[in-house]
Amino acid sequence: MSVDPVILFFVLGLVAGLAKSDLRIPPAVYDLLSTLLLITIGLKGGVELAKSPLAGVLPQAAGVLAIGFILPLLIFPVLRAFARFPRADAASLAAHYGSVSVATFAVGVTFLAERNVAYDSQLPLFLVLLEVPAIIVGILLARGLRSGQSWGKLLHEILLGKSIVLLVGGLAIGWAAGPAGVQPLEPLFFDLFKGVLALFLLEMGLIAASQAQALRTKGLPLIVFGVLAPLPLAAIGACTGWLMGLSVGGTTLLAVLTGSASYIAAPAAIRIAVPEANPSLSLTASLGVTFPFNIFVGIPIYYSIATALHQWGG
Amino acid sequence: MPDDSRKLITIVTEAILEVELCEHLEKLGATGYTVTNARGSGHRGIRDAGWSSSSNVRIEVVCKEEVAQRIATSLRDNYYNDYAMIFFESDVRVLRPEKF
Repeated sequence: MSVDPVILFFVLGLVAGLAKSDLRIPPAVYDLLSTLLLITIGLKGGVELAKSPLAGVLPQAAGVLAIGFILPLLIFPVLRAFARFPRADAASLAAHYGSVSVATFAVGVTFLAERNVAYDSQLPLFLVLLEVPAIIVGILLARGLRSGQSWGKLLHEILLGKSIVLLVGGLAIGWAAGPAGVQPLEPLFFDLFKGVLALFLLEMGLIAASQAQALRTKGLPLIVFGVLAPLPLAAIGACTGWLMGLSVGGTTLLAVLTGSASYIAAPAAIRIAVPEANPSLSLTASLGVTFPFNIFVGIPIYYSIATALHQWGG
Repeated sequence: MPDDSRKLITIVTEAILEVELCEHLEKLGATGYTVTNARGSGHRGIRDAGWSSSSNVRIEVVCKEEVAQRIATSLRDNYYNDYAMIFFESDVRVLRPEKF
């Protein structure tokens, strides 16, 4: 099967960045692209959620939320024990890898669409639920329960961050409007989704290339962690999805979520709450290693795992 | 003739600190501030404003000398260790001293 063109746009950005081309996506355009992506994912989820009874989703949502709290607790001791990262850095990495990447999710969605694999309607909701808990746990791991900074302000930062507001807003609007109500919006949000994602990934390639310098200096442990961490994390997501009775598509996407690492919400919150953590460490691992790994190698693997689980388990 | 000499302080730092820092400056006695987006390079590497995590802001405040001193001390104690930040001050004359 040929490579998805949206991934080639990522490669283009990566090559252009590494070759020091003057290609730049203006920050305001990048903001617009990420806004469109977040609203589209939210809307799509909201419309689908409106079709099914909400009560059935609640136990699953609770399970996913629990996973969000557990993942960073698994990552943190591994980093402390084997890689001997300082406490703050290990906590920061745990927050980034416990939280999720919307761009990886979007690539996962197009991967499934290419193969005509449907996914469960609650996945965008799971995306929202997985974004926050790991950040809170990461901050607690770094600072303990002592409150140097007011939690009110931190929670405001985390819960009202742009991505959460747009995802939840999209979900709510899609849910309230239903399929017929959303139809006039389809040309902008749904029909253009792949084009928007392509441009967004072009910029992601440029950003990933800018992490190359840090990778050269801090190198090996980050590459090893960035490549090894997603697989077991995704496996946890895949098993959870399968146990919850999600479809192959839904199981794949839950694995994509747990296997991905945040690079928008987590860095912003951790920078403020755990200033002593080295920001380039987690950002380089998450953007420079794990994101490319997931979109090239990870997603197809997670899809195979999900397929195998369903074949084996029936 | 009122004394019209003031200090102009300039802080270049990570964009993520903007909101917090501006609140902090007002608490320390600044009557106002000006923020511009900035990019550049220093010992924390190139900060090219390509996206939010690598963007900088330049915050300028015109104030009395004692306020400038307070701000300098507070920044050094609270932010210098962990954030990319530079601070410098210069002498300026203002047209309406009662404003600053």
